[in-house]
Amino acid sequence: MTGATPALSVAGLGLRIGGVSIVEDVSIDVPPGEFLVIIGPNGAGKTTLFNLLSGVARPTAGSIALGGRDITHAAPYVRARLGLGRTFQTSTIFAGLSTLENVRLAASAALGTSARAWHLADHEAAPLARARRALADVGLGGRENIHAALLSHGEKRKLDLAILLCTEPDVVLLDEPTAGMAVEDVPEMVRLIASIHRDQAKTVLMVEHRMDLVLSLADRMAVMHHGALLAIDTPDRIVANETVQTAYLGDPL
Amino acid sequence: MSPRFATFAIAALGLLAAGLPFIGLTVPGLFEGPLNSPGTLNLLGLCFVFGALALTYDIVFGFTGLLSFGHALYFAVGVYVTAIALVRWHWSLPQALALTALVALVLPLALGAVCLRVRDIPFAMVTLAFAEAASILVLQNPYGLTGGEEGLALGSGVLPAGLIGVANTAHLYWIATGVLAATGAIGWWAVHSPPGRVWQAIRENERRVAVLGLNPYAYKLASFVLSGFLAAVAGVAYLLLQGGANPQITTANFTLVLLVMVVLGGVGTLWGAVIGGIVYEYLDFRLLEFSNGSGLQDLPAVLRVPLSEPLFILGVLFIVLVLFLPGGLGGLLRHVPRRLPRPSG
Amino acid sequence: MSTIVLLLVTGLGLGALYFLVAAGLSLIWGLMRVLNFAHGAFFTVAAYAGFFAATALPASPWLQWFVGLLAGILAGGVFAVLTEIILIRPLYRRPVGQVLVTVGLALATLALVEGAFGSDPRQVTLPDWMNATTTLLGAAIPNTRFVVLLLAGLVLAGLLFFLQRTRYGLIVRAGVENRSMVSALGIDVERAFTLVFAIGGMAAGLAGVLGATYYGTIDPSRGTTMLISAFIVVVIGGLGSITGSALAAAIVGLLQQFLNFYAAAGVGDFAVVILLAGVLLLRPGGLLGGPAT
Repeated sequence: MTGATPALSVAGLGLRIGGVSIVEDVSIDVPPGEFLVIIGPNGAGKTTLFNLLSGVARPTAGSIALGGRDITHAAPYVRARLGLGRTFQTSTIFAGLSTLENVRLAASAALGTSARAWHLADHEAAPLARARRALADVGLGGRENIHAALLSHGEKRKLDLAILLCTEPDVVLLDEPTAGMAVEDVPEMVRLIASIHRDQAKTVLMVEHRMDLVLSLADRMAVMHHGALLAIDTPDRIVANETVQTAYLGDPL
Repeated sequence: MSPRFATFAIAALGLLAAGLPFIGLTVPGLFEGPLNSPGTLNLLGLCFVFGALALTYDIVFGFTGLLSFGHALYFAVGVYVTAIALVRWHWSLPQALALTALVALVLPLALGAVCLRVRDIPFAMVTLAFAEAASILVLQNPYGLTGGEEGLALGSGVLPAGLIGVANTAHLYWIATGVLAATGAIGWWAVHSPPGRVWQAIRENERRVAVLGLNPYAYKLASFVLSGFLAAVAGVAYLLLQGGANPQITTANFTLVLLVMVVLGGVGTLWGAVIGGIVYEYLDFRLLEFSNGSGLQDLPAVLRVPLSEPLFILGVLFIVLVLFLPGGLGGLLRHVPRRLPRPSG
Repeated sequence: MSTIVLLLVTGLGLGALYFLVAAGLSLIWGLMRVLNFAHGAFFTVAAYAGFFAATALPASPWLQWFVGLLAGILAGGVFAVLTEIILIRPLYRRPVGQVLVTVGLALATLALVEGAFGSDPRQVTLPDWMNATTTLLGAAIPNTRFVVLLLAGLVLAGLLFFLQRTRYGLIVRAGVENRSMVSALGIDVERAFTLVFAIGGMAAGLAGVLGATYYGTIDPSRGTTMLISAFIVVVIGGLGSITGSALAAAIVGLLQQFLNFYAAAGVGDFAVVILLAGVLLLRPGGLLGGPAT
């Protein structure tokens, strides 16, 4: 591992609710620029881990640092401002707003213009330009004025990603970005994620269910089981790891 | 509606509303006297005030998604603070208005800061509780300030001469019209400004807004304070039109009525709420006249009793509306496909 | 000393009424996430139903009172079940719509009762024993306070038994803990929804008649006052927690009685709201509730 400060550092992270351990003693250092894929069976605590990282849930043990800065107790919006972005497992676009408005909101948030009550949102040039660029990046350029609720499922997932890109995060948490997508749409999504990682030099953590998708993307893979971190290593070695085989790969996917 | 048509329609309606005191027409069935008679102008003025009030509630409920059950409190601030300063302390109108403005900023800020610590239904309950506390306070008549159940009449000598007497009803009407126009303009600007867009995003999905790096709490509080302040402005106009303060407007029922107005017109459109407020006040007034009229006396009690209660008719109408026409009256006009691009893009 | 005992028992009696209204609200909210504004209407309708059932009967005052009690419970339960089936059920997927119809129902019912029976309070005839007092630790305490406390205690015990020992109680508790589990339970859930409305309505109905017993009068607007106090009790106690509601109801009733007596009328009501604000600031989930969601 490099000597540089990890982009994201998790130490002894745990969450217990009513005596039940949901996430237990998870420690990971993610160096800048790494693509880390987190796999594990349903209920292994992957999404909960993301909730803890993004501040949607609060841990009962351990600490989280973003770029060397402790964010264990920071509110979700503070973490976002410090450069941590995420998507949710189910699309969480703003269904009642237009596609463009969805990304413009995010762009405006990132540019710090969201509080300008004395402006009209339609007249703000910078957020609009960034929003259009993000839509074009994910291939939604022609769908600007559609009500987001009316987008197809695959388009919603892309919009989710565009919203995320608009905030220009350093560390990106993607929670099953291909979940529920039609099979033919998946390769494009994977390409999109790969290009984000490559071109924009982001640190990416991605929860994924489907092994076939992630083997080519991942620098390292982490396996979670029953809330704990079972193994973390390169994809080759994870596939070869016997504990992982029995705990996870043996399960029907 | 295309934006240009909307602008034109609003300008035309505004001109018509402003010029009404010069029009001596009678509209049989709709209004008792001619349009420029004091009675009609007063009714229309009240309608406009409730239109403005409903619009302020739409900002917080329709656009930000905050189901506040305490909005009547801020309307009551406009009514009671002004009335107390004028009547009990003999302040001049500008002084009274300055104090009202201060209270109308500080109170929603303080109460909103507490109430917004919880969400959804608990939020609704807590806002209701605060409004109820204020209502109790008004009824208790502390230090003889509020007049308790009697209310507080403005009486003679507390207002400038141009705002007193039946002959000057047109002036009060113009004030109400101006309040509605100003509230509409500010409300329109607010929901089209960047913070206004954040409000709508919070309404759709608050957690997502937070992971974009925005603090939802601050934006919700801003919405709460703005709508509270504008509600107080409407309260001042109401006080002038009514010539006094009455405790009914502080009760929990009044907030529920407010909710009825907004849902009646359609949530989250601004103009729907205005229509709802105007229609509600008009119906309430006319139904009361109707129920006091002779026509009902001949009916059997089974029909007469329900029909002579405006709130019963409105409550039932409201239930039917919620069950069968979720978009409100405004939704009737908007039944064009929802996938047409919204004007905002 | 005797004043304190009197205030203590009277405050607890008031708290008992709050609890009866709050318990239903809390269960309905816990299981269905419906804020039922019509709950005050259940109270009012039951109070009038009990009043008319009792006066229609040429019987002894005790029998009249008892018939009135049963009629009130029945009226509250039937009204609540009808509300759930006709108004709430069609709006399953529209939570705000559900709140709104109960608002409409509350307004319409209140107006109707006022129109039919007038807004002035009506005197209730009670058995002689209930108009008398019992001396306890030197304080002359109206016997009605004991009646209210006893019945509310029975309801509390019954509800706890229902929640902990019966199948539907289990569903209700599961629903309060975790919403997604509720939908996974299928058909039983619909019955559980109707059931909590029935229980809530009957408890509110009982409160309506006991309110008449406690105050000696009925009027159309008391339901609204009760509803708001019950809201406060539910939030302070923790949404969905019956024991929390009972505890908070006692605190609220006592606080109101003592401050209204020792400070000034109205101060107690005001203090309750301040207490509510304080609880929200320090424990947003309520006294016995989980973390705020």
